Parts: sequence; C-alpha cells; structure tokens
Amino acid sequence: MGKPNDLVQGTLDLLILRTLSPQPMHGWAIAKRIQLLSSEVLQVQQGSLYPALHRLEQQGWIEAKWAESETGRQAKFYSLTAAGRGQLEKETANWNRLSSAINLIVAEA
Amino acid sequence: MRWLMQLRMRIQILFRRGQAGARLDEELRFHLEQQIAENIAAGMSAEEARYAGLRSFGNPALLREQARATWSWTWLELLWRDVCYGMRSLKRSPGFSSIAILVMALGIGANVAMFTVVRSVLLKPLPFQEPDRLVRVFEHTNEEFSFNIVAGGVYDEWRKQSHSFSDLALLGEAQFNLTGDGGQLPEIVHGTDCTWNLFSTLGVKPALGRDFTAADDQRSANGTVVLSWGLWKRRFGGDPAILNQTIHLNTLNYTVIGVMPPWFVYPDAATQLWTPVYHDKPAQTMSSLQDHEFPVIGRLNPGVTAAQGSAELTVLVRRLHDQHRNLALISTAAAVSPLFEDIVGGVRKPLYVLLAATGCVLLIACLNLANLLVARAAARRKELAIRAALGVGRLRLLRERLMESFLLSAAGGTLGLLLAYGAVQWLVHTRQDMSRVEAIHIDGVVALFTVGLVVLCALFTGLIASGTGRDKELLASLQDSARGSRGGQAHTGLRRSLLAVEVGLTVVLLIAAGLLLKSYARLRSSDMGCDTENVLTMRLDLFGRRYGKPAQLVNFYTTLLEQVRAVPGVEAAGFVQAVPGQGYWGDNGFTIAEHPPLPQAQAQYAIFRYADPGYFAAMRIPILRGRSFQPDLKLDQAREVVVSKAFADTYFPGENPLGKHLRSGVTDVYTIVGVVGDTRYAVSEDPRPMQYYPLFEGAGVENNGTLVIRSSHDVEQLALPVQRIVQELDHDLPVSDVLTMDQLLGKSTLDTSFDATLLTAFAALSLLLAGVGLFGVLSYIVAQRTSEIGIRMALGAQREQVLWQVLLEGLRPALFGLAFGLAASVGAARLIRSMLYGTRPLDPAVFAAVAVALLLVAGLACMVPAWQASRLDPMRALRTE
Repeated sequence: MGKPNDLVQGTLDLLILRTLSPQPMHGWAIAKRIQLLSSEVLQVQQGSLYPALHRLEQQGWIEAKWAESETGRQAKFYSLTAAGRGQLEKETANWNRLSSAINLIVAEA
Repeated sequence: MRWLMQLRMRIQILFRRGQAGARLDEELRFHLEQQIAENIAAGMSAEEARYAGLRSFGNPALLREQARATWSWTWLELLWRDVCYGMRSLKRSPGFSSIAILVMALGIGANVAMFTVVRSVLLKPLPFQEPDRLVRVFEHTNEEFSFNIVAGGVYDEWRKQSHSFSDLALLGEAQFNLTGDGGQLPEIVHGTDCTWNLFSTLGVKPALGRDFTAADDQRSANGTVVLSWGLWKRRFGGDPAILNQTIHLNTLNYTVIGVMPPWFVYPDAATQLWTPVYHDKPAQTMSSLQDHEFPVIGRLNPGVTAAQGSAELTVLVRRLHDQHRNLALISTAAAVSPLFEDIVGGVRKPLYVLLAATGCVLLIACLNLANLLVARAAARRKELAIRAALGVGRLRLLRERLMESFLLSAAGGTLGLLLAYGAVQWLVHTRQDMSRVEAIHIDGVVALFTVGLVVLCALFTGLIASGTGRDKELLASLQDSARGSRGGQAHTGLRRSLLAVEVGLTVVLLIAAGLLLKSYARLRSSDMGCDTENVLTMRLDLFGRRYGKPAQLVNFYTTLLEQVRAVPGVEAAGFVQAVPGQGYWGDNGFTIAEHPPLPQAQAQYAIFRYADPGYFAAMRIPILRGRSFQPDLKLDQAREVVVSKAFADTYFPGENPLGKHLRSGVTDVYTIVGVVGDTRYAVSEDPRPMQYYPLFEGAGVENNGTLVIRSSHDVEQLALPVQRIVQELDHDLPVSDVLTMDQLLGKSTLDTSFDATLLTAFAALSLLLAGVGLFGVLSYIVAQRTSEIGIRMALGAQREQVLWQVLLEGLRPALFGLAFGLAASVGAARLIRSMLYGTRPLDPAVFAAVAVALLLVAGLACMVPAWQASRLDPMRALRTE
C-alpha cells in the first residue's frame, strides 16, 4: 500500500479516534478492533496504521503511554486527549454529513 | 492546551530522537510478536507463524520510514543527513576539498575585511551629535587656493555675524613639548589648538572634568588643557586626580580640566590634547584677515542647507574683502562641505576600488570552485545517472550538490572570517594615518555579512555547477561510453565560458594593479631635487623661555651644528624648517625692491624656509648661481636670501636675480645672494617657487625644524650620538621623527604603495586561480579524450599536431578572456584615473605587459596537459577502457 489518499487517510484518523474513545489501546489491538467491529471488512495495514498513530500523536489528538500489555510485555498504549475528543466529534459530524451526501447520490443514481 | 502538548511532543522528538526511534522499533516489534503469537494460536508451527507474520507485516524498514516521516523536525533530520553525506563525499577527496576551502577562505576573507573597513569608515555616520548638520568651512581665496583654510579675523567675523550656524569652531594643529616635574622624559605630543566651543559644536562632552568655557579661551586666562583618553591612561596612569593638576607644555603651565572619552578622535588619531587657541596664539594672528592658518568647522542651524550657509559666509567675507582693498589676500568667497566628506573624502575611492577588487577575487574564486565542482559532477555522471534512474528525486540530487558547495563555502567562510580578523588588525596597525581608522571593528553586522556571502557563494557555485546536469541527458550519460568523446561536451563548454570570464576579470585586476604600481614607481622616482641617500633627519622643537631671545636661538643652533659636524662619520649637517617631502609648511608675501610696485589688491607669495648656511651642501641641493648665506652674518646682519630656480624663473624672467632685494613684511629688506635647484615639498607635487631665509637671523625664526645629517654610509648609526648631543645641550628638548630621507619619503607615499601592494596581491591571486583553472580544465579535457587522441595517433596524427591542437583548445578561452578583459579595463582604468600619478589610464606599456604576462601564464598552464597529450602511447590509450 502506497501513500493513502486523502479520503482513506481522513477516514483512518476517524476510525482510530473512535476506536480509542472507550479505552486506551496499543496499535495491534486498534487494528484488531477495527477489523472486528467492521466484521472483517476493514483491514488496516501496519504501513498506514503506525504513520497515522504517530501523526495523531504529533498533532496532540492522542497521547501515548508505555504500560504492561495483557501478555505481560511492555507496549505503547494510545489514549484520546481532551482535544482528541473534540476532534472525534467534529470528524464524526463531518463523516455523517459526507456519507449521507454520498448515499443520496448513490441512491439517486 | 493542545499547543502545549504539541510543543512537548516537538521538544521530545527533537532532543530524544534516538530514544523515540528505539521506541518505534519496539512498538513495531510488539506488533510483529502479537501477529506471530496469533498465528501460533491459530495452529501454525513456530517457524511457519514467524514467516507468515513477517509476510503480512511488510517491509519493516519502509514502515519505520513512513512512521518517522510523520514526526516533526524531519526536515532537520534530512538536512543533517545531507550534511553528513556531503561531508563524507568531501572527505573522500581531501585534496580537492582543502584547495576549494582555501580558495573560498581567501575570497571571502578579503571581502569581509574590505567590507569591514568600508562599513566602518564610509558607511557609519560620524560619532557626533546630529552629524548631518556638521560642516567644514573653507575660504575661497583665489584659483590656486579655492578651498583654503581660514584666517582668524575672518572666522571672528563669521562667528559674530552669521545666522545660518548654531556655532562655528576653529582649530589648528599644534605640537607641544610635554615635560613633567619629576624628571619624566620630555615628549613631543601632537595637539590641537581650538576655540573653546569645539567640543560643544561637535556635541561631545568630556568623560571626566569639564569642557572649556569662553573665559578659558583668552590671552589673559590661565592655561587649560583637555587630555585624550589615551594620553591620560598612558602618561598619567588613568588617575582621576590629574584633574586640576598642572602640566608643562612648552615649559608653560597648563591646568588639566578634562579628559575626553576613549572613542573621541578629532581632528585625527594623532591628537592627544586640546588647548584654547586664543590663549595660545598671539592676538595679531587671531585677528589677521590674510593669514590663512586654521581649519574651521560649523554646525548648521536645523533646516539650513550647506549652500545657504555658504552663501551667507560668502557675503560676509566679501564685505571684508571690499572694506580692505589694500590687503591682497582676503578671500572673496566661502565654501561649505559636509564634515563627513571632509574626513573620508580622500579615502573613499581607494577603498571602493579595493572592495571592487576583492569582489572580483571572490567572483573568480567562485567561478573556480564552480569549475572544480563541474569537473567532479562530470566524473560522477554515471553514478548520478544510475541514482536518478533508481528513482532518487531530482530535487534531492540538487540538494546534495548544493549542500556540497554550501559546506565548502561555510568552511571557507569560517576560515575567511579568521583571515579577515587578522587582516583588519594588520590594516589598523599599518594604516594609522588613514581617516577614521580608529572606527574599524568587526561586529555583528560584519558576521551577518559573512553568512550572507557564504550563502550567496554556495548558491552561485552550486547552481552553476548543477545547472549542467540536464535531465534529458540521463539516458545519454548511461549510454555514453568513454569512447564516445562527446561525453562531457556540455560541461566543457560551460567550463570554457567560466574560464573566459575568470581570465577577463583577472586581466582587469592586473591592469588596475599595473597602473597603480607604475604610479607608485613614478612617485618614488620623482626627482626631489636633492640627494636622498644616506641622509638622516630628525625634528627638534625649541620652546619656551630658554629660547625666548633671538640670540639664544642662534646660539643654540650654532653650537648644535658645530657639535654634530664634529661627530665621527658625519660628512655634513644642516638645519632647515622642513626638508623636501615634508610638506608645504608656509608661504609669505614679498615685493621686489627693484621692480615697480604691484597694483593694489595683488600679491606675490612663495613658500619660505629658514635654513642654515650649510643646509644646501648637506642636502646636495645644487647652487646654480651665487652662493649660500655667509656663516658669520648673524642676527640683524643676516639679511640675505637664497631663492630657488623656479622662483628666479617666475619673478626674474630674463634678469639676474643676484643682488636684487626682496622686501618681506613691512621693513625688512633681504639681498638675493644665490639661486639653488628646485626641490619638491611633497613627492606628488611639482616644485614651486621657494625662498630661503637665514636661520641665523634669529628673530621671527620658527623655533622648530629638521636637523639633517649626511654620512657616506650607515647613516642610521649616527642617530644615537646626535640625540645624545641634543640631550646634553638641553635635557628638556625631545627629538622626534628620527627617519632617513628614504623612510620619510616612503612614509609620505604610504597610501599609494599600500593601494598598489594590495591590488597587486589580489591580481596575483587571481592570476594564480585563473592559471590553475585553465590547467584543470585542459587536463580534464585531455583525460576525457584519451582514447580519441589514441585513435588519432594510431591513424597517423603527428605528436606536434596533437600538441598544438590541445594547446589551442586551452588558449581559446584565455584569448577570449583577454580580449574581454582588455576592453573592460579601458572603463576600469578611467574610474581609477584620480588615483594615478604620472601614468595615463590607457598606459600602453601596462596593457601590453599584462597581456604578455597573462599569455605566458595561460601558455604555461596549457602546455603541461598539451605536452602530456602529445606523449600519449596510442596503444595504452586505446586500452584504457
């Protein structure tokens, strides 16, 4: 997978933020969770996931902490920041607007 | 709050980049392990699970890169990587790098040094209050003295009557014999006689003590003096208790009332103290309308222009002129020019010429560096083409190349700044005589200038060098076999034009240097009218009560000369007010008793000197007619005068001047007893009419002058014995400026020699660079065409043919450059016309010599590669690839 296009990238950010909203998670779990919740439809490649996580962290939407994982190994857990929650709301609203608009067009055609 | 987190992230990622990298690796490894663990859970064997995990994980290096790319400061990291890469590639060719750095260091260093000087001297305003309002005021006396210094009476009238100026101040040069009470050594110090308002006109206050007041500036007042910071520190140990103490100047008492701040320099750096002029000078001098003795400065009122000020002063002096029709030397007009012009006007052109020269040197250095880089690029064409083919971005390649030239320029700039520092120190040390030399400092602006220069050079060389690597050539370079000799044709074409420009600039510099050198040679060989070899000069100043009466003076001079002549090794000795080359000093008006009286409002004046009877013999100034003074005629009986040839020719055309009488002053009548050869009062000035009056007349004799001593050899050894004689005659009498005639003349031509030497050094450097450039390009072309030349030879080309062909190829850019340089020099030479002496701007000898020298160097630089080409063994050449 090369550089994700804007739509995919924007959507991935939304997916990650949404996945993190209930509780902190490490990267692997985020990927699994997205896969699970989407009934195996969305497969997030590592090549997109980690750059996205690091970018979100740089932007201050999420923060990271090293903690013990369920297997007892140290892992990097990401959690939403207050700003990240705001961003999630904004992006969710955005997505709803966009997807209903696309739905309208697709249904019309 | 979010920006705070972002800031924290940025700082973390900047300073803990290594740690962040390790964490990223750890994070990715965790992911991989989870994948493997999942695979095992799904029932795979450990090894299978591992492979499957790695497969689905993808390229870990790429993944890492992509994640890192989202971090901030990535640009910095990339920049750092480029720097490392550039350093590595420069380290691989240390010879190239060190030469390139040295070339840039010389170029940048010279420019930074000259910029420092130009900025400090010409661009910074004077350190006085509102310097724009300060002006220098001149009298326009006649055509010969159109910017004349001012007579005391005229100054007085101007100051009282003018409304354009908030103040006018008068000053004059003065020498003081500074003696102490406690047996301190006597010392000659240069000082300035000034009106009490000099400092307030400039807007400067003493750092210690008080300024002069009008009450100090009167004949009847007690003597007061303000010291320079330097003199205060040096002679009085920087002790503030010196205030209100008395020091002895010319054996008279002066009370120290103030010390000027350390940065204050006016009128020149030699000035060490200031005293009130109306106290020091006789009232007669200060009220004279005809004795033009003093420089005058003024502060214009706000809103008044120099032209308006000048017009008002003209009206005032014109009125004086009209009121005193019987006095011939009252000026008719005034002239006002900015004080800044007055101070730096003389050095502006030479400094800008030198700055332009260093600019040329830097341009040549850049062109040379670009040339070297083009050669490197050509050698690395294949490597670069392969990298480009593998997908390295063009921008990235360009950035790498620019980084290389940037690193070279930066290293050169750093070294250059050090060189400049040394150069500026040296210049300040050697050119104490230059205006505002005390203001020269390397400061922040100069450092910024250096950085700017480095960036400019880097961009210039880098862009020239990479401008050649065209994209469409990519395939061609990959296909280009060494045998296809077209290889670097575009490159060599560019290099040839760069070379032509280099040679052209070099020619301009060489010609400018040649013209200045010739001027200097002319100056030094100008006939002073006397024999300057093995002559020692020293200045004596006889001040004070001990020499108050004419008889005392005459007695002193007679004894001194007798004793000096008796010193073993002394061939002859004499005493004169000023020897040739020591300056104009003074002139006086005279009339000729045998001639009809001059019409009213006309005057005759000529330079005058006091001399002892043995002076002409000691200096070997030929006596053309008559004789020198009679040694035994003293005081009132010494009424003889000797005139110079120019004097005789001007005032006694077709007459025998001997026996005629000169009337000088009102009553004194002198008989002309001799005519002597002409001498120059300054090296660069043609001889003027001169009259010599007898030193032994005593009355009215200036009580200072130059003792000259001639020996057959090693005249400098006589300095000490003679100084000892002076010391024994009067232990409070200091001797100054002990110089041989050659040193004295060398000192007076210092600026010409300085400009000529520097310009010659720059020109020589450029010539060397151009030669190296030619050699490099031709060697490169020959190396590129080795196999072609081999084939030609195998087909029967003669070695001489090959030699000539290569030689001509190398000489062509040199010839183009020479032609272009000669044409440009015509313009450049006109610009420096005012700096030349006795040399025409289009001096054919200089132009021809430069052309020959350049062709010689170019020929030599091209001969080596050409000869190597002609010596090629065809078989070996063909096997090279």
